[in-house]
Amino acid sequence: MNEMKTAGQPNAPMTGHSELHEHPVDFNSYLRRCAFILGVVLCAVGFMIWASFLPLGWPEKVAIILAIASVNAFFVAGFLMHLLSEKKMVYTILGFTVSFVIGLFALTIYAMNDFPTHTITR
Amino acid sequence: MEIPYTVAARPDTGLYNAKVGIWLFLASEVMLFGGLFSAYILLRVGAEPGMWPHGWQNLTLGTINTIVLAISAITTLMAWVACKVGQFGKFKFFHACTLLCALTFLSIKLVEYHEHLNHYEIHLTDGRIADGDMKENDSAQDYVVISGRYVTDETQLYDLRAQKDIPETEIQIPRSQIADMQSYGPWHNDYLALYFTLTGLHALHILGGSIVIGYLWGPGRKMWYKDPERFTNRIEVSGLFWHFVDLVWIFLFPVLYLT
Repeated sequence: MNEMKTAGQPNAPMTGHSELHEHPVDFNSYLRRCAFILGVVLCAVGFMIWASFLPLGWPEKVAIILAIASVNAFFVAGFLMHLLSEKKMVYTILGFTVSFVIGLFALTIYAMNDFPTHTITR
Repeated sequence: MEIPYTVAARPDTGLYNAKVGIWLFLASEVMLFGGLFSAYILLRVGAEPGMWPHGWQNLTLGTINTIVLAISAITTLMAWVACKVGQFGKFKFFHACTLLCALTFLSIKLVEYHEHLNHYEIHLTDGRIADGDMKENDSAQDYVVISGRYVTDETQLYDLRAQKDIPETEIQIPRSQIADMQSYGPWHNDYLALYFTLTGLHALHILGGSIVIGYLWGPGRKMWYKDPERFTNRIEVSGLFWHFVDLVWIFLFPVLYLT
Protein backbone atom coordinates (compact mmCIF):
# COMPACT_ATOMS: atom_id res chain seq x y z
CA MET A 1 0.00 0.00 0.00
CA ASN A 2 1.23 3.50 -0.74
CA GLU A 3 2.34 5.92 1.89
CA MET A 4 -0.16 8.42 3.18
CA LYS A 5 -0.38 11.36 0.80
CA THR A 6 -0.17 14.21 3.28
CA ALA A 7 3.16 15.75 2.54
CA GLY A 8 2.95 19.16 0.97
CA GLN A 9 -0.84 19.30 0.93
CA PRO A 10 -2.45 22.21 2.75
CA ASN A 11 -4.75 21.29 5.63
CA ALA A 12 -3.87 17.63 5.42
CA PRO A 13 -3.92 15.80 8.76
CA MET A 14 -0.60 15.76 10.57
CA THR A 15 0.67 12.32 11.25
CA GLY A 16 3.47 12.83 13.71
CA HIS A 17 1.76 12.09 16.98
CA SER A 18 -1.47 10.28 16.30
CA GLU A 19 -2.48 6.80 15.27
CA LEU A 20 -3.17 7.99 11.75
CA HIS A 21 0.29 7.09 10.59
CA GLU A 22 -0.40 3.51 11.52
CA HIS A 23 -2.96 3.22 8.72
CA PRO A 24 -1.34 4.40 5.50
CA VAL A 25 -4.07 5.33 3.08
CA ASP A 26 -4.22 5.42 -0.67
CA PHE A 27 -7.39 6.89 -2.14
CA ASN A 28 -7.57 4.82 -5.31
CA SER A 29 -6.83 1.49 -3.63
CA TYR A 30 -9.55 2.26 -1.07
CA LEU A 31 -11.94 3.13 -3.87
CA ARG A 32 -11.26 -0.23 -5.54
CA ARG A 33 -11.68 -2.07 -2.24
CA CYS A 34 -14.95 -0.27 -1.56
CA ALA A 35 -16.25 -1.11 -5.03
CA PHE A 36 -15.40 -4.78 -4.40
CA ILE A 37 -17.17 -4.77 -1.02
CA LEU A 38 -20.21 -3.04 -2.48
CA GLY A 39 -20.32 -5.75 -5.13
CA VAL A 40 -20.10 -8.49 -2.49
CA VAL A 41 -22.84 -6.86 -0.40
CA LEU A 42 -25.17 -6.48 -3.39
CA CYS A 43 -24.55 -10.11 -4.43
CA ALA A 44 -25.28 -11.23 -0.87
CA VAL A 45 -28.55 -9.29 -0.89
CA GLY A 46 -29.46 -10.93 -4.21
CA PHE A 47 -28.67 -14.39 -2.80
CA MET A 48 -30.76 -13.72 0.30
CA ILE A 49 -33.77 -12.76 -1.79
CA TRP A 50 -33.26 -15.80 -4.03
CA ALA A 51 -32.95 -18.09 -0.98
CA SER A 52 -36.17 -16.70 0.47
CA PHE A 53 -38.07 -18.12 -2.52
CA LEU A 54 -36.55 -21.61 -2.27
CA PRO A 55 -39.08 -24.37 -1.59
CA LEU A 56 -37.64 -25.21 1.82
CA GLY A 57 -39.01 -25.33 5.35
CA TRP A 58 -38.90 -22.24 7.50
CA PRO A 59 -35.93 -23.30 9.73
CA GLU A 60 -33.74 -24.24 6.74
CA LYS A 61 -34.62 -21.07 4.90
CA VAL A 62 -33.89 -18.88 7.93
CA ALA A 63 -30.56 -20.65 8.50
CA ILE A 64 -29.45 -20.06 4.88
CA ILE A 65 -30.59 -16.44 4.83
CA LEU A 66 -28.98 -15.59 8.17
CA ALA A 67 -25.75 -17.32 7.09
CA ILE A 68 -25.62 -15.07 4.01
CA ALA A 69 -26.46 -12.04 6.16
CA SER A 70 -23.58 -12.97 8.48
CA VAL A 71 -21.14 -13.08 5.56
CA ASN A 72 -22.47 -9.69 4.53
CA ALA A 73 -21.98 -8.38 8.07
CA PHE A 74 -18.44 -9.78 8.18
CA PHE A 75 -17.47 -7.74 5.12
CA VAL A 76 -19.02 -4.56 6.46
CA ALA A 77 -17.57 -4.93 9.97
CA GLY A 78 -14.24 -6.40 8.88
CA PHE A 79 -13.35 -4.06 6.06
CA LEU A 80 -15.50 -0.95 6.30
CA MET A 81 -15.20 -0.70 10.10
CA HIS A 82 -11.58 -1.96 9.97
CA LEU A 83 -12.41 -4.56 12.59
CA LEU A 84 -9.89 -6.96 11.08
CA SER A 85 -7.04 -4.63 12.03
CA GLU A 86 -8.21 -2.97 15.22
CA LYS A 87 -6.55 -2.50 18.58
CA LYS A 88 -6.81 -4.99 21.41
CA MET A 89 -9.00 -2.60 23.42
CA VAL A 90 -11.72 -2.72 20.76
CA TYR A 91 -11.64 -6.51 20.71
CA THR A 92 -11.90 -6.54 24.51
CA ILE A 93 -14.99 -4.29 24.42
CA LEU A 94 -16.56 -6.42 21.71
CA GLY A 95 -15.64 -9.62 23.55
CA PHE A 96 -17.66 -8.49 26.56
CA THR A 97 -20.51 -7.44 24.27
CA VAL A 98 -20.62 -10.74 22.44
CA SER A 99 -20.61 -12.72 25.70
CA PHE A 100 -23.50 -10.60 27.03
CA VAL A 101 -25.44 -11.07 23.80
CA ILE A 102 -24.86 -14.82 23.90
CA GLY A 103 -26.14 -14.79 27.48
CA LEU A 104 -29.17 -12.79 26.40
CA PHE A 105 -30.04 -15.20 23.60
CA ALA A 106 -29.38 -18.18 25.87
CA LEU A 107 -31.88 -16.75 28.34
CA THR A 108 -34.36 -16.31 25.48
CA ILE A 109 -33.98 -19.93 24.43
CA TYR A 110 -34.21 -21.03 28.06
CA ALA A 111 -37.38 -18.98 28.49
CA MET A 112 -39.02 -20.82 25.59
CA ASN A 113 -38.94 -24.05 27.60
CA ASP A 114 -39.45 -22.46 30.98
CA PHE A 115 -43.01 -23.52 31.71
CA PRO A 116 -44.15 -23.18 35.30
CA THR A 117 -44.46 -26.48 37.11
CA HIS A 118 -46.12 -27.52 40.35
CA THR A 119 -48.46 -24.58 40.16
CA ILE A 120 -51.63 -26.66 40.44
CA THR A 121 -52.41 -28.16 43.82
CA ARG A 122 -55.11 -30.77 44.25
CA MET B 1 -6.73 23.48 29.58
CA GLU B 2 -6.36 21.08 26.69
CA ILE B 3 -8.06 17.69 26.85
CA PRO B 4 -5.45 15.01 26.16
CA TYR B 5 -5.82 12.25 23.59
CA THR B 6 -8.42 13.96 21.40
CA VAL B 7 -6.04 13.38 18.50
CA ALA B 8 -3.11 11.36 19.75
CA ALA B 9 -3.63 7.77 20.78
CA ARG B 10 -3.39 6.88 24.45
CA PRO B 11 -0.30 4.74 25.02
CA ASP B 12 -2.21 2.12 27.00
CA THR B 13 -5.21 1.63 24.69
CA GLY B 14 -3.64 2.65 21.40
CA LEU B 15 -6.79 4.64 20.62
CA TYR B 16 -7.86 8.26 20.92
CA ASN B 17 -10.66 9.06 23.38
CA ALA B 18 -13.51 9.36 20.91
CA LYS B 19 -12.77 5.99 19.36
CA VAL B 20 -12.92 4.21 22.71
CA GLY B 21 -16.12 6.13 23.40
CA ILE B 22 -17.82 5.19 20.14
CA TRP B 23 -16.96 1.51 20.54
CA LEU B 24 -18.38 1.50 24.08
CA PHE B 25 -21.48 3.21 22.73
CA LEU B 26 -21.79 0.69 19.90
CA ALA B 27 -21.44 -2.13 22.44
CA SER B 28 -24.46 -0.74 24.30
CA GLU B 29 -26.30 -0.45 21.00
CA VAL B 30 -25.63 -4.11 20.26
CA MET B 31 -27.31 -4.95 23.56
CA LEU B 32 -30.27 -2.70 22.76
CA PHE B 33 -30.92 -4.23 19.36
CA GLY B 34 -29.98 -7.67 20.70
CA GLY B 35 -32.79 -7.41 23.23
CA LEU B 36 -35.28 -6.51 20.52
CA PHE B 37 -34.06 -9.31 18.26
CA SER B 38 -34.45 -11.79 21.12
CA ALA B 39 -38.01 -10.49 21.60
CA TYR B 40 -38.58 -11.19 17.91
CA ILE B 41 -37.25 -14.75 18.25
CA LEU B 42 -39.40 -15.40 21.31
CA LEU B 43 -42.59 -14.18 19.62
CA ARG B 44 -41.77 -15.76 16.26
CA VAL B 45 -41.07 -19.21 17.68
CA GLY B 46 -44.02 -18.96 20.04
CA ALA B 47 -46.49 -18.08 17.28
CA GLU B 48 -49.16 -20.61 16.34
CA PRO B 49 -48.37 -22.46 13.08
CA GLY B 50 -49.58 -20.47 10.09
CA MET B 51 -50.22 -17.37 12.18
CA TRP B 52 -47.01 -15.48 11.42
CA PRO B 53 -47.11 -13.07 8.48
CA HIS B 54 -45.09 -13.72 5.32
CA GLY B 55 -44.86 -11.33 2.42
CA TRP B 56 -46.42 -8.40 4.24
CA GLN B 57 -43.57 -6.07 3.35
CA ASN B 58 -42.88 -4.34 0.08
CA LEU B 59 -39.81 -6.33 -0.99
CA THR B 60 -38.91 -3.90 -3.79
CA LEU B 61 -38.78 -0.92 -1.43
CA GLY B 62 -36.90 -2.94 1.19
CA THR B 63 -34.31 -4.02 -1.38
CA ILE B 64 -33.88 -0.47 -2.66
CA ASN B 65 -33.35 0.71 0.92
CA THR B 66 -30.77 -2.02 1.49
CA ILE B 67 -28.85 -0.94 -1.60
CA VAL B 68 -29.11 2.73 -0.63
CA LEU B 69 -27.72 2.00 2.83
CA ALA B 70 -24.90 -0.13 1.38
CA ILE B 71 -23.91 2.73 -0.94
CA SER B 72 -24.01 5.19 1.97
CA ALA B 73 -21.65 2.94 3.95
CA ILE B 74 -19.17 3.14 1.08
CA THR B 75 -19.48 6.91 0.69
CA THR B 76 -18.99 7.38 4.44
CA LEU B 77 -15.75 5.43 4.33
CA MET B 78 -14.58 7.29 1.24
CA ALA B 79 -15.31 10.62 2.98
CA TRP B 80 -12.96 9.56 5.77
CA VAL B 81 -10.32 8.40 3.28
CA ALA B 82 -10.60 11.75 1.49
CA CYS B 83 -9.88 13.51 4.80
CA LYS B 84 -6.94 11.23 5.47
CA VAL B 85 -5.33 12.11 2.15
CA GLY B 86 -6.17 15.79 2.55
CA GLN B 87 -8.67 16.07 -0.30
CA PHE B 88 -11.36 18.14 1.33
CA GLY B 89 -13.33 18.63 -1.89
CA LYS B 90 -13.80 14.89 -2.24
CA PHE B 91 -14.78 14.68 1.42
CA LYS B 92 -17.57 17.18 0.83
CA PHE B 93 -18.78 15.23 -2.20
CA PHE B 94 -18.83 11.84 -0.49
CA HIS B 95 -20.40 13.17 2.68
CA ALA B 96 -23.11 14.87 0.64
CA CYS B 97 -23.77 11.51 -1.05
CA THR B 98 -24.12 9.86 2.37
CA LEU B 99 -26.57 12.52 3.46
CA LEU B 100 -28.57 12.08 0.26
CA CYS B 101 -28.68 8.30 0.79
CA ALA B 102 -29.85 8.79 4.38
CA LEU B 103 -32.68 11.08 3.29
CA THR B 104 -33.65 8.63 0.53
CA PHE B 105 -33.75 5.79 3.06
CA LEU B 106 -35.96 7.76 5.43
CA SER B 107 -38.28 8.85 2.63
CA ILE B 108 -38.75 5.25 1.46
CA LYS B 109 -39.34 4.16 5.04
CA LEU B 110 -42.07 6.80 5.37
CA VAL B 111 -43.72 5.48 2.19
CA GLU B 112 -43.67 1.97 3.67
CA TYR B 113 -45.18 3.16 6.95
CA HIS B 114 -47.90 4.98 5.04
CA GLU B 115 -48.69 1.80 3.09
CA HIS B 116 -49.15 -0.12 6.34
CA LEU B 117 -51.16 2.52 8.10
CA ASN B 118 -53.46 2.87 5.10
CA HIS B 119 -54.07 -0.88 4.88
CA TYR B 120 -57.12 -2.12 6.79
CA GLU B 121 -58.53 -5.39 8.02
CA ILE B 122 -62.29 -5.05 8.40
CA HIS B 123 -64.31 -7.69 10.21
CA LEU B 124 -67.91 -7.72 9.03
CA THR B 125 -70.99 -8.68 10.99
CA ASP B 126 -71.60 -11.67 8.69
CA GLY B 127 -68.21 -13.20 9.65
CA ARG B 128 -66.33 -12.29 6.50
CA ILE B 129 -63.17 -10.20 6.53
CA ALA B 130 -62.42 -7.45 4.03
CA ASP B 131 -58.74 -6.60 3.63
CA GLY B 132 -57.14 -3.87 1.53
CA ASP B 133 -56.00 -0.30 1.08
CA MET B 134 -58.38 2.36 2.32
CA LYS B 135 -59.72 4.56 -0.46
CA GLU B 136 -62.55 6.43 1.22
CA ASN B 137 -63.12 6.77 4.94
CA ASP B 138 -65.14 9.92 5.42
CA SER B 139 -67.02 9.87 8.73
CA ALA B 140 -69.80 11.92 7.12
CA GLN B 141 -70.57 9.01 4.78
CA ASP B 142 -72.21 5.80 5.95
CA TYR B 143 -69.78 3.57 4.07
CA VAL B 144 -66.06 3.02 3.53
CA VAL B 145 -64.33 2.03 0.30
CA ILE B 146 -61.26 -0.20 0.15
CA SER B 147 -59.27 -1.69 -2.69
CA GLY B 148 -58.83 -5.30 -1.66
CA ARG B 149 -60.62 -8.62 -1.26
CA TYR B 150 -62.86 -10.67 1.00
CA VAL B 151 -61.62 -13.69 2.95
CA THR B 152 -63.57 -16.05 5.16
CA ASP B 153 -60.73 -17.00 7.48
CA GLU B 154 -58.08 -14.78 9.05
CA THR B 155 -55.33 -17.33 8.31
CA GLN B 156 -55.76 -16.55 4.61
CA LEU B 157 -54.26 -13.12 5.29
CA TYR B 158 -51.00 -14.34 6.79
CA ASP B 159 -48.98 -16.04 4.07
CA LEU B 160 -49.22 -13.67 1.11
CA ARG B 161 -46.13 -15.18 -0.52
CA ALA B 162 -47.92 -18.46 -1.07
CA GLN B 163 -50.79 -16.69 -2.82
CA LYS B 164 -49.99 -15.58 -6.34
CA ASP B 165 -51.86 -12.75 -8.04
CA ILE B 166 -54.29 -11.85 -5.31
CA PRO B 167 -57.30 -10.24 -7.05
CA GLU B 168 -58.11 -6.78 -5.76
CA THR B 169 -61.34 -4.97 -6.42
CA GLU B 170 -62.91 -1.81 -5.11
CA ILE B 171 -65.25 -2.77 -2.27
CA GLN B 172 -67.84 -0.49 -0.73
CA ILE B 173 -68.79 -1.52 2.80
CA PRO B 174 -71.69 0.03 4.72
CA ARG B 175 -70.62 1.09 8.20
CA SER B 176 -73.58 -0.80 9.65
CA GLN B 177 -71.92 -4.07 8.51
CA ILE B 178 -68.58 -3.32 10.15
CA ALA B 179 -67.97 -5.17 13.41
CA ASP B 180 -64.34 -4.15 13.76
CA MET B 181 -61.91 -2.16 11.65
CA GLN B 182 -58.17 -1.86 12.22
CA SER B 183 -55.25 -0.55 10.19
CA TYR B 184 -51.94 -2.43 9.91
CA GLY B 185 -50.26 -0.28 12.55
CA PRO B 186 -48.10 -1.53 15.43
CA TRP B 187 -51.29 -2.32 17.39
CA HIS B 188 -52.47 -4.86 14.79
CA ASN B 189 -50.41 -7.90 15.84
CA ASP B 190 -47.05 -9.00 17.32
CA TYR B 191 -45.30 -8.99 13.95
CA LEU B 192 -46.25 -5.42 13.14
CA ALA B 193 -45.47 -4.29 16.70
CA LEU B 194 -41.96 -5.70 16.24
CA TYR B 195 -41.69 -4.33 12.71
CA PHE B 196 -42.55 -0.78 13.77
CA THR B 197 -40.39 -0.94 16.91
CA LEU B 198 -37.32 -2.34 15.17
CA THR B 199 -37.50 -0.25 12.02
CA GLY B 200 -38.65 2.84 13.95
CA LEU B 201 -35.66 2.62 16.28
CA HIS B 202 -33.39 1.99 13.31
CA ALA B 203 -34.87 4.97 11.46
CA LEU B 204 -34.25 7.14 14.53
CA HIS B 205 -30.61 6.07 14.38
CA ILE B 206 -30.51 7.01 10.69
CA LEU B 207 -32.02 10.39 11.57
CA GLY B 208 -29.52 10.94 14.40
CA GLY B 209 -26.62 9.92 12.18
CA SER B 210 -27.87 12.23 9.43
CA ILE B 211 -27.92 15.17 11.84
CA VAL B 212 -24.31 14.47 12.87
CA ILE B 213 -23.18 13.93 9.27
CA GLY B 214 -25.06 17.06 8.20
CA TYR B 215 -23.38 19.06 10.96
CA LEU B 216 -19.91 17.81 10.00
CA TRP B 217 -20.64 18.52 6.35
CA GLY B 218 -22.02 21.99 7.15
CA PRO B 219 -21.05 24.19 10.11
CA GLY B 220 -18.79 21.58 11.69
CA ARG B 221 -16.37 21.50 8.77
CA LYS B 222 -14.71 24.71 10.01
CA MET B 223 -12.63 22.49 12.25
CA TRP B 224 -10.88 21.10 9.18
CA TYR B 225 -9.07 24.41 8.71
CA LYS B 226 -8.00 24.64 12.38
CA ASP B 227 -7.41 21.05 13.40
CA PRO B 228 -7.69 18.69 10.42
CA GLU B 229 -6.54 15.64 12.32
CA ARG B 230 -9.22 16.00 14.98
CA PHE B 231 -11.80 16.64 12.28
CA THR B 232 -10.72 13.45 10.50
CA ASN B 233 -11.15 11.55 13.75
CA ARG B 234 -14.68 12.92 14.05
CA ILE B 235 -15.45 11.68 10.57
CA GLU B 236 -14.08 8.26 11.49
CA VAL B 237 -16.19 8.09 14.65
CA SER B 238 -19.38 9.18 12.89
CA GLY B 239 -18.53 6.69 10.14
CA LEU B 240 -18.26 3.85 12.65
CA PHE B 241 -21.72 4.72 13.93
CA TRP B 242 -23.04 4.78 10.37
CA HIS B 243 -21.55 1.37 9.59
CA PHE B 244 -23.17 -0.02 12.71
CA VAL B 245 -26.54 1.29 11.53
CA ASP B 246 -25.88 -0.46 8.21
CA LEU B 247 -24.99 -3.67 10.08
CA VAL B 248 -28.29 -3.59 11.96
CA TRP B 249 -30.17 -3.22 8.69
CA ILE B 250 -28.25 -6.16 7.20
CA PHE B 251 -30.07 -8.35 9.75
CA LEU B 252 -33.34 -6.42 9.88
CA PHE B 253 -33.93 -6.78 6.16
CA PRO B 254 -33.90 -10.59 6.01
CA VAL B 255 -35.68 -11.01 9.34
CA LEU B 256 -38.58 -8.70 8.52
CA TYR B 257 -38.79 -8.86 4.72
CA LEU B 258 -37.61 -12.32 3.75
CA THR B 259 -38.40 -14.87 6.45
